[in-house]
Amino acid sequence: MNSPMPPLDQTSEDFPQSPGRRYRILALLLRHIYLMQGSWPRVLEMMYWPTIQIILWGFMTEFFLTHSSWVAQASGVLISAVLLWDMLFRAQLGFSLSFLEELWSRNIGNLAISPIRPWEFLTGLMLMSLLRTIIAIIPATFVAILLYETSIYDLGLPLVAFFANLMLMGWALGMIVCALILRVGLGAESMAWLVIFLIAPVSAIYYPVTVLPEWLQTVAWSLPTAPVFEGMRSVLFEGTFREDLFTRALSLNAVYFSVSALLFLWSWRDSRRRGKLLDIGE
Amino acid sequence: MLGKRAEKEETPPFIPSAVIDVQNLTKRYGDVTVVNDLSFKVHRGTTVALLGGNGAGKTTTISMLMGVLLPTSGSIRVLGENMIRDRFRIMHRINFSSPYVDMPKRLSVRQNLMFFARLFGLKKPRDRIAELVNDLQLKDFLKRPVGTLSAGQKTRVSVAKALINRPDILFLDEPTASLDPDTADWLRSYLEDYQRQSGAAIMLASHNMAEVERLCDHVLMMKNGQIVDNGTPEGLLERYGRTNMEEVFLDIARDRQKIEPDNLPEFNNGGQGHE
Repeated sequence: MNSPMPPLDQTSEDFPQSPGRRYRILALLLRHIYLMQGSWPRVLEMMYWPTIQIILWGFMTEFFLTHSSWVAQASGVLISAVLLWDMLFRAQLGFSLSFLEELWSRNIGNLAISPIRPWEFLTGLMLMSLLRTIIAIIPATFVAILLYETSIYDLGLPLVAFFANLMLMGWALGMIVCALILRVGLGAESMAWLVIFLIAPVSAIYYPVTVLPEWLQTVAWSLPTAPVFEGMRSVLFEGTFREDLFTRALSLNAVYFSVSALLFLWSWRDSRRRGKLLDIGE
Repeated sequence: MLGKRAEKEETPPFIPSAVIDVQNLTKRYGDVTVVNDLSFKVHRGTTVALLGGNGAGKTTTISMLMGVLLPTSGSIRVLGENMIRDRFRIMHRINFSSPYVDMPKRLSVRQNLMFFARLFGLKKPRDRIAELVNDLQLKDFLKRPVGTLSAGQKTRVSVAKALINRPDILFLDEPTASLDPDTADWLRSYLEDYQRQSGAAIMLASHNMAEVERLCDHVLMMKNGQIVDNGTPEGLLERYGRTNMEEVFLDIARDRQKIEPDNLPEFNNGGQGHE
């Protein structure tokens, strides 16, 4: 090939500068928003389960209101618990599924050979999880208001504290799932749907921690979820926001989140070492 | 502070003459050595082919050069940066096309190109996409999901993605494998034009020897993870006494003419006067 050599200081006219992290993260969001735009069943499916859950638990609440003095003290306790639990589930699932989408479409190599840093990739997955959670939960909250006259928004500002803690825990679990998938491959993808139920019995979603055997209570208090659901019941039954529970949940989340993020980053680097980033996929 | 930042952004990027500098590159998986002690340089404005049979170590080598695979030992400098430690300083200046990586199948061609344009930080993504759509004749299927395209159409979209950021270094793995001869020839001309205009370096892995003869300034022949011979296509043809690169490839793959390591020519692929 006899092409003339351009001078060394010449470069493309509109040479892209190293793009800012904001743009890289937004690009990742754009890719997932395009995906949702092109498939309304995907969006419908996000809303489907939380809404069905609310309808089911709404009828159960109606029944318990006349058969349980505990539920009768705060009619919204079960519906609020279902909604908060679904926030956690959707946060984790939204994170894990956004990651899995990259594997299923064999796009992970494109991301690995691009300017996006691993922690920016994580940030993009968290924002997608937030978006998916909002899409999933908001319709269910309105169904609860319309059918059962129960509004989770009546929790007021504490709802923001509960939501923030549950999102953080959902992301932490999501990062663990993704790290596991990077390590062992797509054979572990079902963990995206299963892992949350591992902590469900000890999260005190529908019952107080004191119901659990003593040794399991220790396990429950070592998770950020139990303080959140205990805090919710405190607001509903006693009308007080327990700052001690909030602080406990936040502190535990800080630990879980940091450890999970480090695990994901280690797993990402390990995949680069083992040459898995180009192999993994369907 | 703002002034400093603006000043930094306006500084043209430094492009060293040897845009890829590999020293003693080795990759092992357990006891298996896949790439063994490679050293070579690639200069800007040149096209270098990495040839070898299946399992020779071509894809592994290219993966390490792109930063997606960590080497066991050795050093890789791309555009003057240490690829193992500081790869994000230059990742927006390289790009690739590989049959091992797909683009999101459910997204349309336009959506895919917009995503990659944003990911690589283009200032005017629509202008660049319009240019590529025109150049690579993507207009007829711009709104179709990538998953519904024919193999040839997918290859053209993949090349558009690879050129979206006007890379200084372009890695191509089998770029014309699924194209008919006419389209393949047209694409080769397009890549030649791109290189002429941009001064980019192209690193190519291909099994199409006619393509290698036409596009490449230099050839690295790999076998069992090592460079067993190298030279210009013309030089290799002369050395092996053959009329085409396919015969040279077979000679090397089947050990029909063994070149002793001491007699291997030193690799210098045409960066004359630029070092």
